[in-house]
Parts: sequence; C-alpha cells; structure tokens
Amino acid sequence: MQTHQYDVVIVGAGGAGMRAALEASGEARTAVISKLYPTRSHTGAAQGGMAAALANVEEDNWEWHTFDTVKGGDYLVDQDAAEILAKEAIDSVLDLEKMGLPFNRTPEGRIDQRRFGGHTREHGQAAVRRACYAADRTGHMILQTLYQNCVKQDVEFYNEFYVLDLITDHDLTTEDIEDGAEVNATGVVAYDLASGEIHVFQAKAIIFATGGAGKIFKTTSNAHTLTGDGMALAYRRGLPLEDMEFFQFHPTGLAGLGILLSEAARGEGGILRNSEGERFMERYAPTIKDLAPRDIVARSMANEVREGRGAGPNKDYVLLDLTHLEPAHIDAKLPDITEFARTYLGIEPYTEPVPVYPTAHYAMGGVPTNVAGEVLRDSHNVVKGLYAAGEVACVSVHGSNRLGTNSLLDINVFGKRAGRSAAAYAKTVERHPDLPEHPTARVEAQLSEMRDRPEGERVADVRRALQETMDANAQVFRTGESLNEALADIRELQKRYRNVSVQDKGKLFNTDLLEAIELGFLLDIAEVTVVAALNRKESRGGHYREDFPNRDDANYMLHTMAYRRPTSAPDAGDGHVPGYFDHVEDFGDYKVVLGSKPVTQTRYEPMERKY
Amino acid sequence: MTAVLENPATESPKPEAGAVSTFDVTLRVRRYNPESEHGEESVWDEFTVTAHGTDRVLDALHKIKWEQDGSLTFRRSCAHGVCGSDAMRINGRNRLACKTLLKDVNPDKPITVEPIKGLPVIKDLVVDMEPFFASYREIMPFLITSGNEPSRERLQSAEDRERFDDTTKCILCAACTSSCPVFWTDGQYFGPAAIVNAHRFIFDSRDEGATQRLEILNDKEGVWRCRTTFNCTEACPRGIEVTKAIQEVKRAMITRAF
Repeated sequence: MQTHQYDVVIVGAGGAGMRAALEASGEARTAVISKLYPTRSHTGAAQGGMAAALANVEEDNWEWHTFDTVKGGDYLVDQDAAEILAKEAIDSVLDLEKMGLPFNRTPEGRIDQRRFGGHTREHGQAAVRRACYAADRTGHMILQTLYQNCVKQDVEFYNEFYVLDLITDHDLTTEDIEDGAEVNATGVVAYDLASGEIHVFQAKAIIFATGGAGKIFKTTSNAHTLTGDGMALAYRRGLPLEDMEFFQFHPTGLAGLGILLSEAARGEGGILRNSEGERFMERYAPTIKDLAPRDIVARSMANEVREGRGAGPNKDYVLLDLTHLEPAHIDAKLPDITEFARTYLGIEPYTEPVPVYPTAHYAMGGVPTNVAGEVLRDSHNVVKGLYAAGEVACVSVHGSNRLGTNSLLDINVFGKRAGRSAAAYAKTVERHPDLPEHPTARVEAQLSEMRDRPEGERVADVRRALQETMDANAQVFRTGESLNEALADIRELQKRYRNVSVQDKGKLFNTDLLEAIELGFLLDIAEVTVVAALNRKESRGGHYREDFPNRDDANYMLHTMAYRRPTSAPDAGDGHVPGYFDHVEDFGDYKVVLGSKPVTQTRYEPMERKY
Repeated sequence: MTAVLENPATESPKPEAGAVSTFDVTLRVRRYNPESEHGEESVWDEFTVTAHGTDRVLDALHKIKWEQDGSLTFRRSCAHGVCGSDAMRINGRNRLACKTLLKDVNPDKPITVEPIKGLPVIKDLVVDMEPFFASYREIMPFLITSGNEPSRERLQSAEDRERFDDTTKCILCAACTSSCPVFWTDGQYFGPAAIVNAHRFIFDSRDEGATQRLEILNDKEGVWRCRTTFNCTEACPRGIEVTKAIQEVKRAMITRAF
C-alpha cells in the first residue's frame, strides 16, 4: 500500500475533472486520479455544442437561456443554479476559446452558433442559435483543449487508477449525525490497474467528477466505463443521491446500437419521419417541432413505434432524414455522425434516411451539491472537503430533463466552481485530517473476496440481465407494474452478484476483476433509480409514468433524496413527506429510504410545458 | 424497448423480417501475461464466437472475455471510435477494434489480433502508452500566445480555422505512430501523432509558438526521420491525412511559412 498526500484530489479526468484541475492546480497541490487516460473520457463523445448566449449570430441573452433551462427541466430545476449556468456560460465559452479551442467561426471570425433542442428566443417564440460548436466533435475538442492546458500547467495525473472508496471521519450509513455537525471527507482509496496495488490519497479537499452511469441500460450512448462509480461510492458511504429517477433518453441513437447521433443533425435541418414519411414532430410540438427537448422527442418517437408507424422490418425505429441537406453542408457541420451511419449501419446519409431510436444518455440526478460544488449529506448540510461536478453531480441545473448543449456547459461552469471552492477550502485547512487506522480494509476485503471466490456466476450474465430489465421496464415509458418488475429483478441480481466470480486471478491489469467491481456499482445505481421512479407517481421531464401521465406539482415539486440505510434505521428520511416521499424498500441487509429537498424557485412560476 | 436492426450493414439482400443472420468467426489473439504459465513468452490463442452482421472486432473480443476467457485483456471505452482506447493490429493492420466490422476483415478465415507495435506490451493487447504520450507532451501541445488576452474571443476567419481542421480530429489512439516502421526501429522518434498535434498548433492563426515547435521537431528524432511510407495515413481511424501533415511541417521548417 502506498500513501499520498495532496491538498486537492480530483477523481475523474473528463471535462469537469480537468476544468476543476485547471483552477485548483495553480492554487493548491493537486492530483487527478482517473480510471482512463484523460483523453479517453466520455466528454470526448459529446458532439453538438455548448450553449452560451453570446448573441454572435442573432439576438440572445442569458435570461432567455435560464428560462429555457428551467422550462426544459420541467420546473424541477433549481432556478438559482440555472441562472448561474446561463450567466457564466458566456465566460466559460470564452475561456475555452482563449485556451485554444478551435470553434467553428462566423464570416466575421466570431464563434459560430447553431440551433439546438429547447433553446429559444423570447421564452419559446422560436428556436435560437445558442450552441457554440466545433463541427460535430465539440466534446472532443473540449476534452483535448482541457488536457492540453493540463499539460501546459503540468497537472499531476494518476492514470488508470480506479477510486474504490471514499473516506469520511463519520460513518454516515449508521451514525445518527446531528443537524449542523461537522463531517469531513479525508481521502480516497484507489486501485492501480497496471500493478494491482492499493493507494491511499489523503486530501484536504476531494472533487468527484466521475461522470454518469449509462451502462445500467442495454441501449446506451455511454461508454463501457460509465458505471456510476462516484455516485455509487457516495451512496454506499451514506450520502444521498438526488433525482435518480430522471434519466435522459437521447432521441437519436443509431437503431439497435445506441450510438449517439447528435441533435445538431436536427439543429442543422434534419427531420424525423415515421414509416409513412410523416414529419410526426409537427403533431407533438407544433412550434419548434424536431427541436423540442429530448424527453418530448424521445417519447414521441417511442409513441410512433408503439402505434405501428415505426420503420424497418420490425417497425421498431423511426428515420432521421438528412437527404434534403446539401452534402457539402453535411460534410462541414456533421462529418462524424454521418460517418457513424456509414461505418456501423452501411447507410449513406446523403441519400438514405438513418434508422434511429432513443438511447440512454444522461443522468440528470446524482450526488447533490450546492452552487459552490459542495456535496450535501442531506437536504442542507454539507460534507466539508467534498465536492462534485459534472454528470456525477446534481446541482440541479437540469431538473427532470437536460437540454442538449447544457452538459458541456455544466462541466465547464461547475467544474470551474468546484475547482476554485476546493482549492480555497484546502488553503484554510492547516493539516490533513487523520485517516482511520485501516483506511484500505474495506477495499482490500472487497477485492480479495471477489478475486478469491473460486467459482460462481459470470459477471457478464448478471450485467446483461440488469441491462435488459432496465431497458424493458424503466426506459422511456414506465408504469408501477414495470418498475416493480425491474425492482424484483434487481433484488434477485443483487443476490446473484454475491456469487459472481472472475476468471482472471492475477494482479497485473486485471480488467476482469474491475468489471466485476463496476457491476456492483451499476446494480446500486439501478436500484436507487428504480426505487425513486416507483415513488414518483407523476410524469415530469424524462420520467414518464403511464399510470400517472400528468405532472403533479402539488405533491411532487420536490427533489427526491435517496439514502441507503441499515434496516434498523428510521424509515423517514430527511425531508420526508407523508404519503409521498416516504417510500421504503427493504433489501435484506439494508434499505433504501427516501427524503426530499425543496426546489429553489426564483423568477419563473411553473407553467404547462408546450413547445 | 430496444430497436433491433438485423444485419443492415450487409449489401446482400435484406433477410426476412425478424431474422437475424449470424455467423461464426475465429479470432487468433496474441497473448502475453507475465503472471501466466508462459511467463515472458507470448503465445497465440484461438477463440471462436458467434457474431451478427453489425458486430465489430470489439464485440467479438467482449464475447470472448465475457463468455469464454475472462483473462483476455484489452482497453476499450466509448466503443464507437472517438475515445482512442482500442487501437490494435487486426490482420496485420492498425485499426480501432470498435470501428472494424468483422464482415469487413474476412471472417471466413481466422482474424489475427495483436497489440500495436513499438510500445512495450503490458498484458495481451494492452501496451504501455507512456512513451507515446511523452512525445506528445514534448511538442508543446497547447496554444501559445503573447500579450494581453482579448476581452472577447480571438477572431479567426473561417478559412484560417479550416487550415488546421484535419489535425484537430486526432484522438491520440497511437494507430499512426505504432504503424510507422521508423518508430518500430527507433522508439526515440517523435512519431506521426506528435507531429500531427504540432501541426494542429503550428497552422493555427492564433498561435505564436510555431518557431519553438519547429525547433523541437528539427531534432534528429524529429520530422526528418519520416520516410513517407504512408502507413500512418492508412492507419488513422479518423481519416487524417497524417503524411501530408508531416510534409507540411517539413515544408514549414524550410520556408518558415505557416
């Protein structure tokens, strides 16, 4: 075992992690720990753009952007956070340009902007050009630019190190901690993939920037490595997860594969059609049609398929039509995604429409934070020294449905904020808080148990079963019945997980072992997602309950806070609302207790959401 | 629900609705694991899996790992050609496993899969990427400017932006560098990927560090080692004209025009 001491330790080297590192590393001794090489992070797969009301090509302002974000999130957005997001968007984009990001340019040489779903002028009058972009590889360019600047600043990285535990000075899972009492995060335990060695990183401040958990679903745009590690570690250590029932299904995944085709395709004029050739979005969103927010478009597509107007031999997808666009325009603005269609489906988008179907894309929920990036341990108390930013976090700027181009924005705005907050806090801490006597005990026990179990079930079988039940029962359309089915499956799979074994028993680069550990994270995230979805008996944003098809502000205008607790703990979570947020699920060894957190509303009253 | 697409990538007549065409494919994989009974010796292993029309080499490797031999080791992440994790040598040519459809590499015969060449092998298909990234870091891969920062964005014409567009596509997968015969015999050579990333900044109208980078690449292990074999261009999964970029850097070195 090796021990390291840093002022700030950042877990994850995607956009949020590296943006935080650029702020923190100049101020405090900083290390970035990442399970991948930084340029492999999934920020690089983001395509279409990053929203900011630069008004470079037409009139726009941050207030409109705030409104669109709040409305897009079906009013579950914390409006103070959304306002920060929209205001600071402008400097965030300019920061990136100054760091060297090669944005596409207008004829005047300014950063070019294009349309994207849900972004409008004058509070919904018409689509507005707000997305700053670099062809259809904006995320790639952001990731590269941030890494380049980390190289420039000589940021210290620990690559291919998996963080497997979070150390705090109180056990939040069992101790009854008083309101206002101080709880500190003191370090993380990491596993070096190359050597199999355990490392302890003692830190004054820790930032989680570990990304999403799309691999709980079978059809997903997410990387194999997006297994919810940071969310699951926080959850296991007794921290709540917020709004996990809200998962975004991106409308245009390549049918059958889930590979993302950017919304920019529709921003540039692409049209969704059903088997009859009809532009069906005209029926669902008469004003902005194909550029309605993702939850609405995904649901509309799924509905077309359900009503028998799907295309293809099984009538189970719809078509993204770009054939009316000039090939030169497609090549200039959408080169990567059209190549995906050619490579993976053998389809030529110049002349043929592309089969698409919704694909699991983004977790709106996550580890709750305030606008400074500090992690909350309940509805209002923070954990000192612990921060989170990006998809792992829930601040909440996305509410129940994120607008396209707001996540590349989120990682930059809140990555920067978390990096600054963490470095500033670390400077106020004189000496590192003590670590417990055996900080690695839990991780070592977990790894040796998994590695030494002589035989058992295959990891892949349990994972596949999980992903299949999530796709079948907790996707675009949900009912109490389907969610109960998913929950029953997850309970069973949690049991089966205790009997999985790995074939690779070695120490060196044992990805077999790490896939098994990641499966444990996925199961926990699926569990909390489904429990929260069962509890929310309304339809809002990305969470659509066919048995409760309407939004119910009277009872559910609240953030869900899910806690894992021992079975002996009280059933009422913090922010428990009798009859609504008091759902409890017992899993034998522990239970999932739900509480709530108020939604911050500033200037926008909830309205019916029409586009 | 999940949309199922049966074998759309084949050019043969579409199969009956609902039918999913499958085929068996054999992968011959070069294995190396110092912890195994073979010690420092690398060996060939053969695996046969059932594949679908749209399956890629990565899918076949996953099938092997998940159903047959969990110890088979390779890197992967995004699985659609943008993260750069899974460059490997497939039938003797560098490619991304997630971007190579099995049907395109003649699945009638065993498909050979080896680690990329010129970098130390750690285990099976995993190589030590550190020397590769070290070369990248050496060419100062970041925007260099002087003077005060503008309050808004720096202006750049669409033509100036277009000038270096091709080389911004690089995903640092190392397919180019590890396909280069010069790099195989001389690990000190910067290699195509580092030069591509130098090109990306040398020809960026906003950048003022071209002279420094050209100085670095004028080294005996710099651009002059390139023998224009075009392996790099052929290997690039992003379609970057790598050899052309190297030539442009050479020319800039002579003409000092960039």
